[in-house]
Amino acid sequence: MSSYFSDFASLFEQFDVASAFWVNIQLTFFAAIGSMLLGTVLALMRVSPITSMRWLGAAYVNIIRNTPLTIILVFLVLGVWSQLQLNLSPDFNKNFFRYAVVGLAIYHAAFVCEAIRSGVNTVPVGQAEAARAIGLGFLPAARLIIFPQALRGAITPLGNTLIALTKNTTVAAAASVTEISALMKSMIEFRPDVIIAVFLTVAIGFVLIVVPVGLLTTWASRKFAVVR
Amino acid sequence: MHRSKKIYSAVALTAAAALTLSACGGGDSGNGDGGDSDTVRIGIKYDQPGLGYADGGDYTGFDVDVAKYVANELGYSEDQIEWVEAPSANRENMLQNNQVDMIFATYSITDARKESVDFAGPYFTAGQDLLVRADDDSINGPQDLDGKNLCSVTGSTSAENVRDEVEGVNLVEQSGYADCVTMLGSGGVDAVTTDDIILAGLASTDANQGQFRVVGNTFSEERYGVGLPKGSDKCEDINAAIEKMVEDGAWEEAVTSNTEGADYSYNTDWNPPTPDETCGS
Repeated sequence: MSSYFSDFASLFEQFDVASAFWVNIQLTFFAAIGSMLLGTVLALMRVSPITSMRWLGAAYVNIIRNTPLTIILVFLVLGVWSQLQLNLSPDFNKNFFRYAVVGLAIYHAAFVCEAIRSGVNTVPVGQAEAARAIGLGFLPAARLIIFPQALRGAITPLGNTLIALTKNTTVAAAASVTEISALMKSMIEFRPDVIIAVFLTVAIGFVLIVVPVGLLTTWASRKFAVVR
Repeated sequence: MHRSKKIYSAVALTAAAALTLSACGGGDSGNGDGGDSDTVRIGIKYDQPGLGYADGGDYTGFDVDVAKYVANELGYSEDQIEWVEAPSANRENMLQNNQVDMIFATYSITDARKESVDFAGPYFTAGQDLLVRADDDSINGPQDLDGKNLCSVTGSTSAENVRDEVEGVNLVEQSGYADCVTMLGSGGVDAVTTDDIILAGLASTDANQGQFRVVGNTFSEERYGVGLPKGSDKCEDINAAIEKMVEDGAWEEAVTSNTEGADYSYNTDWNPPTPDETCGS
């Protein structure tokens, strides 16, 4: 048994597990910002009074939400990069990292949009009516009255989306980004003797990253809840 | 008291669920005893044209041909063979959990793998090589890869070899070699690398014939063995069967018929190989 543990320890000398996880954290960070921006715009479109905007937002959400993430990333790499030869960065490896961020942001924006829309539903209709009554148009009313309250009500579903995003960064391996799931494949290829420990290492690593996110959103959703 | 009771029942439930799940994994593919039953379960690749390929209910490729020959020598006719898909990452587990009796799936014999499984063979000695577009004569070996885009499969031995040996190469990692070949065709990458016979198989599919060229300058040695569970008694018989296959010409025919149209010839220094694995003893 002790030899199994020393075999397991040598795994960490052979492979740089920490820096692979760091790539996943970076992917999560940039994709979270991107999907938050795009998702907010989409949510605005979906609650706007303009029919074509509402239709466009709904179409985006329904198409992207129902497309597997792998397909989106493979399309970006095989279709956009390989076929159309479009580079997002002059650096070869950074190029794929950016493609992965774009793919993750496009995909999760659909979920962020729906999370924010559920937050909008927590804001009483009277708030919108009152905003209208004092002469605010749609955008000022959304910016000053509705969205500040809606975002506070949407913290929990947004947190769920962030957790899903964190774990979905492993799909970036399909876009040729060397992150933890790609490293896991190497570890399985070269160290089949400690295969169970390899799986456990990756699983525990994700638990360590994701649990604080969950705790933080629970705390934040209580702290910032709109008291009515 | 009440609380600990709850925890106990939760633990028990989890354990029961784990047992059921593992039972599912091991038992459902026919005869669990794996010994002298009336069928033999053989693990192959389903997605590697020219080696192990599932085309509907039809299985083709060099691995499949060798497996059929060996099974026949062991006393199993073709309809007694139960084909099982053996993806690279699962091969050791499938043997250890007795889900298959033997594996013919481009399975390189390595010391790390011998810790958990036994090998018979080798039945082919492949080498890492490059696949390029047929009209591209600028790449004739790993030394020409500086500044070129190269594709391989995520986490494969071939990808690691290239990373270590060739500086200045831009490595794209995809989930399968078919994706790599698509990229090669569309010009995203300049070469695809893995074992020569795998490349030859990819280049000889109907859709790819004549478009690609196997460079034929190998830079590693991969001895394909027959994966067996530890302590298997079939090992010597398999070695004898492979030797017989080479002698009566069936081996030669299997190689050429499965790589037709790829402009490929196997490395004659290494092939046909002598099945000299000592069968775990």
